[in-house]
Amino acid sequence: MKLGYYPGCTLKTKAANLEKAAMASLDHLGVEYKELSRWNCCGAVFSLTDDDLIHQVAPVRNLIRAAQEDCDTIVTICSQCYNTLARANKLVRDDEEKRDTLNRFMDEEPDYAGEVEVVHYLSLLRDQVGWEKLREAVTNPLDGLKVAPFYGCTLVRPEEVAIDGVDQEILEGFIAALGAEPATFSAARECCGSYQMIAHPEEGMNRAAKVIGAANRSEADALILSCPMCEYNLGTRQGDVVAAHDGLSRVPTYYFTQLLGVALGLDSELCRLDLNGPAAQELLVDKKFIAAATV
Amino acid sequence: MDTATLTEEVAAKTIPIYIMGKRYEVPETLTIMKAMEHSGYQYIRGCGCRGGICGACATVFRRAGDYKIYTGLACQTVVEPEMYLTQIPFYPANRASYDFETAEPTAETIYKLYPELFRCVACNSCTKVCPMDVEVLDYVSALKRGDLTAAAEISFDCIQCGLCASRCMGEMAQYHMAQVARRLQGGKIAPKAEHLEKICGDIDSGTFNDVLEAAKAMTEDELKKVYTEREMEPHMGADEWTPASNHGLA
Repeated sequence: MKLGYYPGCTLKTKAANLEKAAMASLDHLGVEYKELSRWNCCGAVFSLTDDDLIHQVAPVRNLIRAAQEDCDTIVTICSQCYNTLARANKLVRDDEEKRDTLNRFMDEEPDYAGEVEVVHYLSLLRDQVGWEKLREAVTNPLDGLKVAPFYGCTLVRPEEVAIDGVDQEILEGFIAALGAEPATFSAARECCGSYQMIAHPEEGMNRAAKVIGAANRSEADALILSCPMCEYNLGTRQGDVVAAHDGLSRVPTYYFTQLLGVALGLDSELCRLDLNGPAAQELLVDKKFIAAATV
Repeated sequence: MDTATLTEEVAAKTIPIYIMGKRYEVPETLTIMKAMEHSGYQYIRGCGCRGGICGACATVFRRAGDYKIYTGLACQTVVEPEMYLTQIPFYPANRASYDFETAEPTAETIYKLYPELFRCVACNSCTKVCPMDVEVLDYVSALKRGDLTAAAEISFDCIQCGLCASRCMGEMAQYHMAQVARRLQGGKIAPKAEHLEKICGDIDSGTFNDVLEAAKAMTEDELKKVYTEREMEPHMGADEWTPASNHGLA
């Protein structure tokens, strides 16, 4: 397998804390990959309009770029990028007529018929590295840390691109492999509020409050995510959400890759905890997973 | 009288081209710009340097029997038989104003000035139309991910002709965005040339004043003598050559 890494725009700006530890962890685990040298925005949201092929051009062009770099598989970390690329890939594979239209439009690019496999980073960890090997690689187990796994929408919907069935619990397996305790968390597969946080703030805040409330009830110490939009709604905006709803308390949020980096004993500066706010750093210091001096 | 007969010894063969839909016979060796002048057009605008760098003479054309759009600079592109062409010397495009002194060299600066950046659907029409073969979509993508350095480098050959903007379904003015990126890269991201700053400081503090005053006091003949007798770096000099006098340089 020749593995390409498709970063996605947000990981290069706001969500550096999603990317850095993830790639360092792959190096640490001995997984070979090559970051794609040419790529564009994934398209961000998969268009649900049946004949809206222009919005499939961006994801398909990325898949063509991956094929041009001889990658047979690409891995993404952002849930949204994963969802958009995987669904566009499926569309190209399944619908001959739309594939033909897209290839004609692409014009100067080589034809593409879905040759590249799109996988999410969590699937790669589970299926290529394996939880057992990951557990063995953990030198700084997150003992006594109770973690609520937040899947959100795009890792597990729709079913044909879901990285996990309802009963398989990939994030729970991941948390356990790091030596932490997965919290039973009723809002794990709810919506974070998505773009409604901006378009219809009240509804967006209510959705986020539902997730924070469930995390509180699960008595989790932390909430982990794989999506920059979830992080905005549940992390960056958490103070506003908690202030606007009675009975909620704050819970530190992390990208799952940050806890991976900490558990593998990587330099904690790589994990960019500075982007998560002080509470996230303090919790890991209190638990003695990282040294205070490095945060 | 048949001009072709008269000049067949010396004149190039003529070919038919279509300028804005009208047929003209022009010598096959001409550029589009010369062919238009040969056909009676007089340039007031839409023509600048005639050297392929100013971006004033962007031209779109089609070839007979071919659906594709081709582009070139009128001053650089040689005519072809049955070519259908028109120049697009200017294309109206949104150019945002900003204060360079206070502008941060970050993704957010570009996003705020040009929020339409996020209308890009990666159709690649911009790259396909660029007469300079700039990978326009690649620099637009770099801007979206906030990599101003990459955007500046990829867009370096842009001559601001505006054809990318003319084809953009997101109605963006890609080339103006790239110019912001290049300015921020050059002025605020790329490392400063320390030796330049130092020498400017030396000049300001008067290091060369005495040498200059001495030169100003010389007669023309003295100046010529000093100039011709100046120490020069040998053509086949050793790697470690240094001048005998540094003329006041530290």
